[in-house]
Amino acid sequence: MNTFSTGSIVNAGDLPDKPAPIRTDGPIAWLRDNLFSSRTNTILTLVALAIVLYAVPPALNWLVVKANWSGGAEACRANPGAACWPFITARWEQFLYGFYPQAERWRVNIVLYVLLGGIFLLAFEKMPLRKWVGLLMLIPFPIVSYFMLYGGVFGLPVVETSRWGGFMLTLVIALSGIVASLPLGIVLALGRRSTMPIMRLVCTLFIEFWRGIPLVAVLFMASVMFPLFLPPDVTFDQLLRAVIGVALFASAYMAEVVRGGLQAIPKGQYEGAMALGLPYWKMMRLIVLPQALKIVIPGIVNTFIGLFKDTTLVLIIGLLDLLGIVQSSINDPNWSIQSVPYTGYVFVALVFWVCCYAMALYSRHIEEKLHTGHKR
Amino acid sequence: MSEVASTSGAPSLAVSDEVVIRIADMDKWYGQFHVLKSIDLEVRRGERIVICGPSGSGKSTLIRCINRLEEHQSGSINVDGIELTDDLKNIDAIRREVGMVFQHFNLFPHLTVLENCTLAPIWVKKMPKNEAEEVAMKYLERVRIPEQASKFPGQLSGGQQQRVAIARSLCMNPKIMLFDEPTSALDPEMIKEVLDVMIELAREGMTMICVTHEMGFAKTVANRVIFMDAGQIIEQNEPGAFFDNPQSERTQLFLSQILAH
Repeated sequence: MNTFSTGSIVNAGDLPDKPAPIRTDGPIAWLRDNLFSSRTNTILTLVALAIVLYAVPPALNWLVVKANWSGGAEACRANPGAACWPFITARWEQFLYGFYPQAERWRVNIVLYVLLGGIFLLAFEKMPLRKWVGLLMLIPFPIVSYFMLYGGVFGLPVVETSRWGGFMLTLVIALSGIVASLPLGIVLALGRRSTMPIMRLVCTLFIEFWRGIPLVAVLFMASVMFPLFLPPDVTFDQLLRAVIGVALFASAYMAEVVRGGLQAIPKGQYEGAMALGLPYWKMMRLIVLPQALKIVIPGIVNTFIGLFKDTTLVLIIGLLDLLGIVQSSINDPNWSIQSVPYTGYVFVALVFWVCCYAMALYSRHIEEKLHTGHKR
Repeated sequence: MSEVASTSGAPSLAVSDEVVIRIADMDKWYGQFHVLKSIDLEVRRGERIVICGPSGSGKSTLIRCINRLEEHQSGSINVDGIELTDDLKNIDAIRREVGMVFQHFNLFPHLTVLENCTLAPIWVKKMPKNEAEEVAMKYLERVRIPEQASKFPGQLSGGQQQRVAIARSLCMNPKIMLFDEPTSALDPEMIKEVLDVMIELAREGMTMICVTHEMGFAKTVANRVIFMDAGQIIEQNEPGAFFDNPQSERTQLFLSQILAH
C-alpha cells in the first residue's frame, strides 16, 4: 500500500523498454507454450505422440507405400494386405455417374463444370458482376440443370431418375436440400417468432413434426406411404420425393439454427430500424437477418454438412448414391478380394471428408470476412 | 452532470403557434401496471422540451409512444396531423416525420457509418444512392465526423457513435426529434460533444423532446421542462421558473437530489 505522506507523486519521463526475461516468440517459445506448458500438458503431448507413432506409419503403409496403384484385380489378389486402388480407377465412372447412359454423360459433365466454375468464381470477392453470377447460380442454374440431366427438351433423350446414381446423385440431393432448406428455414424461423398466433402455431408444429421423426422414417414415408395417398395413375418421381423429404427435414433444423441467431439480436436493433420507418420485411432483410445469419454461420454450415452426409441414407429406399454404388460394386465377384471393401469405404470416406472440410473452410473464411469492429 | 456553458433563462428561439404533437388523455398499461396516467401534452413547432423525473416514472415510455415503439391503450396521439392508430400506414408516416436517438445508439453494427445513414433514405424514401450519400455526408459533417464515414460503428467511441446516430436520424429530414437519454450511456468526457450537437440542432429550430438528466442542457436550450413521476406529468414550466421555484413537493425533492452534488 502506498501512503501519501507529503505532497504529490509525479512520474517524470517514460520508462525504457526492457527485453523479456524469457523468449516469447519463435518456435521454441511456441513449443513451450502449446505442448509443454504444464506437467499434465507434457504427459498429454507424449501420449499423443506415442499414438501418432503407433497408428500413422501402418496407415500410410496400407494407403500409400505398399498399396496397389496399377494393374488389375490380379495385382490386388497377389497383395491383399494393402489398399487396392485399381478397383477405384476401374469403376470411377460408375461411382460418378451411376447408371446414367454412357452416351449422355456429357450432360452431367457440363452441369458439373458449370457448378464448379460458378463456385470458383464466387470465391473471389472482388470479381465484377459477382452478384449476378450468384443469382444465376441460385435460380436459373438448378432449373436448367434439371432439364439437362432429365432431358425431354431440345431433343435431349429422357434419362429416368432411376438411372441416376453415384456421386452425381449425392450432389443432386445434397445441393437441392441445401438450396431449399436455407430460405425455408429462415421463413419458418421468422414465422415461429411472429406476433401472429396462427402463424406461430403452424410454424412450430411444422418444425417439431419434422424434427421429431428420424430421416430414415421420412424417406420410407416418402417412398412407400406417399404414393398411397395419390390417385393410382399419378406417378411421382421417387428421387423427387426423396429430395423433398430431405429438404423439409433439413429446413426444420435450419429454422431452429436461424431462430437462435434471431434471438441474439438485441431489441434495440429492431427499434432503431422501426424508428427510421423501415417496414417489417425491409427491417428483417436489411438489419436483422444479415446480423442473425452471420452469428449462426457455424450452425448453418453444421446443418449443411449433416445434410450432405445424411444423403447416404437414401440407400434404404433403393437410390444408389456414392456410398450405395460403391457398396454394390464391392459385391462384384471379379473383385472379391479381401482389401477391396476396405478400399471402397476409405474412398467414400475421403470423398465425403474433402467435401465437408471444404464447406467448413469456406464458412470460416466467410466468418472472418464478415467480421466488423473489434474482437472481444 | 457535464458543464454546458449556460447563461440562464430560455434562449430567444422562435416557437410557432402550430401544434405538431397533440397527446390527449393518453393512458398506457403494462399488463396490470398503469405506466402512463391520462397524459395531456401539446408540443408546438420549434419547441425544445426536456422531460425529467426519477427512473421508472414513464418518461421514456411516453416519448416511445409518440413513434409507436410502445402502444398506448386509450386516449389519442396526433403527430403533425396524423392520428396514431393501429393502421400501419399511419405508423409508417409518423415514423418518417419523427427521428429518434436512443440511449444505446442502436446503430447497425454490420453497416459502415455511411451505410447506416443512407439506409433509410434509400429504402424508405427511395432516394437514389449517390444523393443519399451526399445528404449523409452533409449531416456527418454537421456532427463533425465526416472522416469516420467508412468505418464500422464498433470502431468508434461512444460519443462518436451517438453523433452518428443523430446524423442517421437527420438524414430522414424529420420534423421532430426524440432523444431518449442520449448521454446516459456515455463516459463523462464524451457527453459534451453530443450535447453540443444537440444544442446546435436546437438553435436551428428543430422541434425536440429530450428525456435527459442533463440539467445544464435543459437550462441552456429548453423552453419547457416537464417533470414526471409515477406515470403522471407532475409539473411543467419554462426552465428558469422550473429550477428556481419548483411548485410541487415531488419536484423539489427530485431537484434537490439531482442537484445536490
